Amino acid sequence: MLAAPHAHAKPVISDFTLENGMRAVVIEDHRAPVVTHMVWYRVGSADEPPGKTGIAHYLEHLMFKGTDKIAPGEFSKTIAANGGQDNAFTSRDYTAYFQRIAKDRLGLVMSMEADRMRNVNIRQEDIVAERDVVIEERNMRTDNDPGGRFREQYMAALYLNHAYGIPVIGWREEIMSLDRDDALEMYERFYAPNNAILIVAGDVTPDEVKALAEEHYGPIESVDLPESVRATEPPHLAARRLTMRDARVSQERIWRGYLAPSYVTDGDTAAALGLLSDILSGGTTRRLPKMLTLETDIALYAGAYYSGMARDLGEFAFYAAPKGDTTLPQLEGALDWMIEDLLENGVTQEELDRARKAAIASEIYAQDSQSSLARQYGAALTIGLEIDDVTNWRDRLEAVTVEDVLAAARAVLVPERSVTGYLMKAEKEGTDG
Amino acid sequence: MRTLAFAVLGGLAACLAIPPATAQDNASRIEEVVSPGGITAWLVREPSIPIVTVQIQFDGGARVDEPGKEGAVNLAASMIDEGAGDMDNQDFSAALEDISSSIGFGASRDSFSVSVSSLSENIAPTMDLLRIAMTETRFEDRNIERIREQVLSSLRSKKNKPQSVAGDRWYAEVFGDASYAKSVSGTIETVTALTRDDLLAAWDRMIAKERMKIGVVGDIDAETLATLLDDTFATLAQGEALDKSPVPVRETGGLVVVEEDVPQSAVVFGHKGILRDDPDYIPAYVMNYVLGGGGLTSRLTDEVREKNGLAYSVYSYLYPLDRAGLYMGGVGSANARVAQSLELIHQEWARMAEEGLTEEELEAAKKYLTGAFALRFDSNAKIASFLVGAQASDLSIDYIDTRNGLVEDVTLEEVNRVAKRVLQPDNLFVVVVGKPEGMKSADTLLEGIDG
Repeated sequence: MLAAPHAHAKPVISDFTLENGMRAVVIEDHRAPVVTHMVWYRVGSADEPPGKTGIAHYLEHLMFKGTDKIAPGEFSKTIAANGGQDNAFTSRDYTAYFQRIAKDRLGLVMSMEADRMRNVNIRQEDIVAERDVVIEERNMRTDNDPGGRFREQYMAALYLNHAYGIPVIGWREEIMSLDRDDALEMYERFYAPNNAILIVAGDVTPDEVKALAEEHYGPIESVDLPESVRATEPPHLAARRLTMRDARVSQERIWRGYLAPSYVTDGDTAAALGLLSDILSGGTTRRLPKMLTLETDIALYAGAYYSGMARDLGEFAFYAAPKGDTTLPQLEGALDWMIEDLLENGVTQEELDRARKAAIASEIYAQDSQSSLARQYGAALTIGLEIDDVTNWRDRLEAVTVEDVLAAARAVLVPERSVTGYLMKAEKEGTDG
Repeated sequence: MRTLAFAVLGGLAACLAIPPATAQDNASRIEEVVSPGGITAWLVREPSIPIVTVQIQFDGGARVDEPGKEGAVNLAASMIDEGAGDMDNQDFSAALEDISSSIGFGASRDSFSVSVSSLSENIAPTMDLLRIAMTETRFEDRNIERIREQVLSSLRSKKNKPQSVAGDRWYAEVFGDASYAKSVSGTIETVTALTRDDLLAAWDRMIAKERMKIGVVGDIDAETLATLLDDTFATLAQGEALDKSPVPVRETGGLVVVEEDVPQSAVVFGHKGILRDDPDYIPAYVMNYVLGGGGLTSRLTDEVREKNGLAYSVYSYLYPLDRAGLYMGGVGSANARVAQSLELIHQEWARMAEEGLTEEELEAAKKYLTGAFALRFDSNAKIASFLVGAQASDLSIDYIDTRNGLVEDVTLEEVNRVAKRVLQPDNLFVVVVGKPEGMKSADTLLEGIDG
């Protein structure tokens, strides 16, 4: 058995909860005199009302348009004038706002973020211009790229009923009709201290952060949060297949995804699936690259991933691009053969040990970036995990056996739960693909 | 789904501005380590996490590709982890994995870079693997063919990425015959024709002790590092310094439209800029922050995005290559609206050249640039990048202490003189990829881009 790395310094993590219900996590990193300050709201695209796709993300943009105290555009200007950087992002389960700045400005950024938690003031004239900005964002990320549009179709097929099938940025036709009232309704319902998580990483002590948080976030009153109205996913009974052809595709590819549990719904299976994805594709010595790109030489690249940092559901997926004369069905056949072999024979102890060792080492390397540590804890807490789930993740990895990996693979890699997608070049006249 | 795109800033590692008061702590911690064999590295000791990051950069990169062999340096760089000594690529990967280390590499227009991450307990065997990879590279035919196919596939895919098409076309038009005209990964034709001998020849031109810069950050002391430097790099060829004389840059403006059936036109624009060692570099850097470098706070973003909703991302940046200074920018707007975006960009370019900054803008820029400097030093990996970037730009080891003073010293008169000197609104060369409306189409070159 391979020895795990001896080095095992853990990040110094502490936490507290304000009386109004706002959770806070402090990640100490005293290497440089800077802090990363983040506020995460438990609301994302999966919480949008029907017909309003994209409203969570659009609201994130509008949050930079000023409050009763801050004029439009002044939020980021004030941060910049203090030598800081700010930004925000929206996902399926959360929306987060952050600043990176010198540590002595932590109180300033907290006062500004606390202000826009309840006092946003969106002018009608900013509404239309910002909606156009979102459309251009969608053009850039998705509509200009056949791969981006294919990915949307694939996700929509993977989830039969759950809102994870909807693109975070929203469907274009629905974005066009979003308005100020839609944004404010989302804001009023979900932007509150008892629906928020504060993460501060950097050159600070827990006592300093607590005092500042009590001063700035403490006075904000909690609200009655709405019951979660998310759709549930029914049993999957039929394998689904998609083919998308586009003249702008030059490299064809195949995608095969399976509905899976998440870190929240089944942590043990999630740990096994994370290790399985490494066994299959974490480097050129692993099964998929080794078999498909080196030994049989039928793929340009091939891999697998597990995506489980989500509140309700996860995804386990395979992808590959054919090489030379190989066709997509031939490549799919090779993938199927490897999946069948996995389900029949499982993985070896050596494979598991190598994957586990790589996972443990990556946790040590991850400590180099306070921003990514902050994101890791922010995402985990927002979706419903606890601090210990993250900090003691290594224990969970250590406990996974080859039997666990086989059981997880057999539970998840079921044809009825799958979507197989082909992204292909445009069909030439008179030929058959 | 960020509100802003910061992609451009990431590419500017070499033209760093340096730290505020707070960075002094870091500054005094940079040690110059010279090995007994005469190899120099800049070191920042950081014992709080048990890891070591080593960044190595060789000046040269794709610009040492010979005419007709473009892409050779890029392909040769990819062979570094494809087998060396008595290890094939599987053995080599497994050896790295056994000690939880990683070695990354990449070629750019001016350099070939190698990044090493190791747990501190394994730094010696990691550097030994690096030595073998760099001195006993196998260049096996089957691996060359495999990587070649990957590069060709990505070159074919690039043809369908509007932003990439715009960038490649811009460099081709602006540099004419100079090696900078070609993309780092070459063309389908040149990459198809490369032989094993071409890669070996490229390798010999890429790797030279004379042109090597090393930055090390982490849990390692100077003495241990000095020994490792000799053990790892002593046998590399000395090589020679490269010609850094300027190459010609297109002097006149123009417009090229490349038709692509996409909803959003991708635009790359720019003209000749200044070199990193130009005395006006810092004032120009401050000016650009106000024009298009400052994310949501810049003039370009204010006009194009905030007031008119014409784009998600619009930006400008100074790009000082070794042999040519460039001043570039980009925007993406719906086909029906891209002409309006370009009109506003041209207008702001001209207004800045004409009127310069206001006193308030200069103060805000100084506050941001000096304050945000420390943010470039909040991880070992970022510090290591700075250490090699500073050496490659011939900055002194105390630059980290002096840089904020240089920014503070910029006067309104100076920055506005530099704005007038550097910005050439009528010489902007623009490439639009998409189906823009209200512009001439199909590869016609026009004079200027007004209206």
